[in-house]
Amino acid sequence: MKPAPFDYRAPATLQEAIDLLRTEPEAVLIAGGQSLMPVLAFRLASPSLVVDLRRVAGLGDIAIDDGGVRLGARVRWRDIDDDPRLQTAHPLLREAIAHVAHYQIRNRGTVGGSLAHADPAAELPGIAVTCDAEITLVGAAGARTIGASEFFTGPMSTARRPDEIITELNLPSWPKNRRWAFQEFAQRQGDFALAGVALFYDADQGGRVRNAHVGIIGASDRPQRLTAVETLLNGHAVGEGLFREAAAAATRAVDPPEDLHADAAYRRGLVATLVARGLRAAQRRGA
Amino acid sequence: MQVNFQLNGEPVEVDIEPRLHLADCLREMLRLTGTHLGCEHGVCGACTVIVDGAAVRSCLLLAVQAEGSSVVTVEGLSTDEALTPLQAAFRKHHALQCGFCTPGMLMTAHALLTEEPDADADRIRSVLSGNLCRCTGYIPIVEAVLEARAAYRKSDKP
Repeated sequence: MKPAPFDYRAPATLQEAIDLLRTEPEAVLIAGGQSLMPVLAFRLASPSLVVDLRRVAGLGDIAIDDGGVRLGARVRWRDIDDDPRLQTAHPLLREAIAHVAHYQIRNRGTVGGSLAHADPAAELPGIAVTCDAEITLVGAAGARTIGASEFFTGPMSTARRPDEIITELNLPSWPKNRRWAFQEFAQRQGDFALAGVALFYDADQGGRVRNAHVGIIGASDRPQRLTAVETLLNGHAVGEGLFREAAAAATRAVDPPEDLHADAAYRRGLVATLVARGLRAAQRRGA
Repeated sequence: MQVNFQLNGEPVEVDIEPRLHLADCLREMLRLTGTHLGCEHGVCGACTVIVDGAAVRSCLLLAVQAEGSSVVTVEGLSTDEALTPLQAAFRKHHALQCGFCTPGMLMTAHALLTEEPDADADRIRSVLSGNLCRCTGYIPIVEAVLEARAAYRKSDKP
């Protein structure tokens, strides 16, 4: 199908873009368009105006310093792949992003677009929630920063107000010896995951887990942390017994959706398997 | 809306509705029908073209977003005299049957090998995973791309 008719503007500044959003309540933003274009083609949305961010300066940068990694909203998957600094500055991000869609989509799809679209199975929202990232938005009332776990409010739903534009994702700094893993299962390479797990922890001198973070995608209505699993891991020495307990706790902690690809029981089992695999991979990574 | 971009090295200007995606603009307005449209929502890869050096799905790009860009379609690959080494390798390896997916395959492979002339079979398979072919079973396609690598190593522009 073809999109319904709309007007198009490509403002040169963020302020002009915000003004357009404020005066045109039926407006939508486009950057890479890799999520929005199918939505328009299926007429799931029929905006009166499409506001293109391609000319707005300063949204395409990757900045890395002691505060962590800051990804501008128009940073593409491809830019993350191409930045060798991220191998050490945020290996979990790189690994997760490697699962996003296909080559051609990776050349246009953006950080801000993925966050705004908020697909429950998308990788970047999962990384943002798992890592306690912060999202910066700018709107008519000024700029605000919000934690990723409050930003995602449901499937394809966020706390972004209609006049706000996501400008940046800020991932906290990544210690050198952190143990981590990203695991997902999709029916074909590049498809949305039926379920996925991002996790990391820091190990203390005795090999015990500290600061465990375990997040899931695809198996809930939004990316979420499995705090019961994290509590179970913290303070304990890693090993197969702990991994099995963690997997069992993960099964109890999720309430997965059902669709034609997988029922809830299958997704619950998948989360358990992926948690155990992830913990094993993280342990190997530290060895 | 007036939109200007470079198409296969030549400047073009079109007057289009904002809702027109680039693939329809190329096919309907500019009459370059080598770019094929399969799914029209970013799944099949048949409409792949190269915009500013990067392979993209032209059904997922509004034509108005191409303003000021350089667009290369399958028509921009070969000359009137001869096939490119990539196209010749597709013929040699029988990497097409019905040919519907072939323009997208060629543009994807061309973009890949231009940037990564040493891409191995795994990398080629991974990149081509975004292009669906319902005839050949992919093995001849991967073989053709593997063979074409040599031509991309010799010069920047085969």
